[in-house]
Amino acid sequence: MSGTFLDSTELVLNMGPQHPSTHGVLRVIVKLDGEKVTGTECVIGYLHRGVEKIGENRTYAMFAPYVDRMDYVAAVSNGLGYCLAVEKLLNVEAPPRAQVVRVILTELNRIASHLLWLGTHALDIGAITPLFYCMREREATLNIFEKYCGARLTTHAFRIGGLQYETYEGFEQECLAFCDMFLPKCDEYEELLTGNRIWVQRLRNVGVLNAEDCKAYGVTGPLLRAAGVKWDLRKAQPYSGYDKYDFEIPTCENGDSFDRYIIRMREMRQSVRIIRQAVADIPAGPIMAKVPKVIKPPVGEVYVSIEAPKGELGYYIVSDGSTQPYRVRVRPPSFVNLQSLDKMARGSLVADLVAVIGTIDIVLGEVDR
Amino acid sequence: MRKLLRRILLVDFLEGLRVTFRHQHPKKIVTMQYPAERPKVAERYRGAPRLNINPENGQTLCIACDLCALACPEALIVVGWERNPETKRKDLINFTYDTSRCMFCGLCEDACPVDALELTQDFELASYSREGAIFDRQVLEEGIQPTRYKF
Repeated sequence: MSGTFLDSTELVLNMGPQHPSTHGVLRVIVKLDGEKVTGTECVIGYLHRGVEKIGENRTYAMFAPYVDRMDYVAAVSNGLGYCLAVEKLLNVEAPPRAQVVRVILTELNRIASHLLWLGTHALDIGAITPLFYCMREREATLNIFEKYCGARLTTHAFRIGGLQYETYEGFEQECLAFCDMFLPKCDEYEELLTGNRIWVQRLRNVGVLNAEDCKAYGVTGPLLRAAGVKWDLRKAQPYSGYDKYDFEIPTCENGDSFDRYIIRMREMRQSVRIIRQAVADIPAGPIMAKVPKVIKPPVGEVYVSIEAPKGELGYYIVSDGSTQPYRVRVRPPSFVNLQSLDKMARGSLVADLVAVIGTIDIVLGEVDR
Repeated sequence: MRKLLRRILLVDFLEGLRVTFRHQHPKKIVTMQYPAERPKVAERYRGAPRLNINPENGQTLCIACDLCALACPEALIVVGWERNPETKRKDLINFTYDTSRCMFCGLCEDACPVDALELTQDFELASYSREGAIFDRQVLEEGIQPTRYKF
């Protein structure tokens, strides 16, 4: 029986690539039954720049600025992952002082990334105010980056073997001042959003992804923790001295969009906690390990992963003994997490699709590479 | 009953607005009136490149060692030099820096052994033509001259 008044035919729609809530140039082909999403398909590659191939044609040191341009919202984390991978290949370790400064900057970058996520996600949902507040606080972290390394977004802050720049005068005080300023602001965002009935109704039970599905899709980061899996690479396989710091891994149970929001809010608070501990104890000493001028790692391959703001960020580098890597493969968290979109969006409404894309926290520069 | 009253009196809505209006104080304005008011960038800011000259005798500090050109990931630096038959040293003839391809990573600056090449705090790199983005030795030594408007 068809043709009755309430029936509707299936409709295939393009969402994106110029849709503002796809956070860049993501194109989603959506199959609709009325308002209901019956299937989605992501079309990616609009921002493909061939970063992995560029890596094969550059020396190890030269490739470092390019990795910043993948997840440009969290460039410092990208740089850390790459530097750690090449350091493992070279079998050197950054000096203690460099490691602590790296942790401080990476955590500041985690806050910056989550703030941008919160602002844009709230904007997608319809809350415009948080965007301006988040941008304002993000500015404080970007100012610290600018003072430290001279760039705000694509920082190129770390070098293979340690750091290029010594911390500037007043670095510690500025980091602490940011921490003191930031926590009340965090409460303010929660005041605006957490109890807000519109916010809760738009996010509760939207885009549910349970723990089994997360593991099946290889989803990591806040999405996995929102589903109740206590997995954070900073604890699971500590790198860069993260085992010295006392912090918690926040988890929730439901795995819906609201939980992901809660997780990210709590993670920002934990980052502040790590920054406070790290700033209190920056050891003196050199900032650069003994690394040869021309980096020529021995033949071999290495995989190093770190906990980027969006999930597990891995670098797989194959060396053939020359000055250039034979292969650089990046495991980007956004790309892997995006694959779960269909699972989450199926059966929901079109408006919920926007919320789901938002809570995955994708950066298209990283998805397309 | 209480829930209904909250809903009728728009309590949640007003609570949200209270936070919004708390930020209307003029002291908290962060917007900068560029170009009337120029931002002060950090000391280590990586902006337009400059080729430093010795202030005492006006000669370039560059020793034409070509290390910056070798360090550049985009290969956008071209150093032109000539061997001086008298002093047996390299003399700098020309220096081209293509800022249209530059990503300001600072690797050239790090590679320079004599602090001749430097990324400065000048950030206004716009030009009317593509050729204007390619800096030759004269532009690099004198620095960029952005238009300053009067207000």
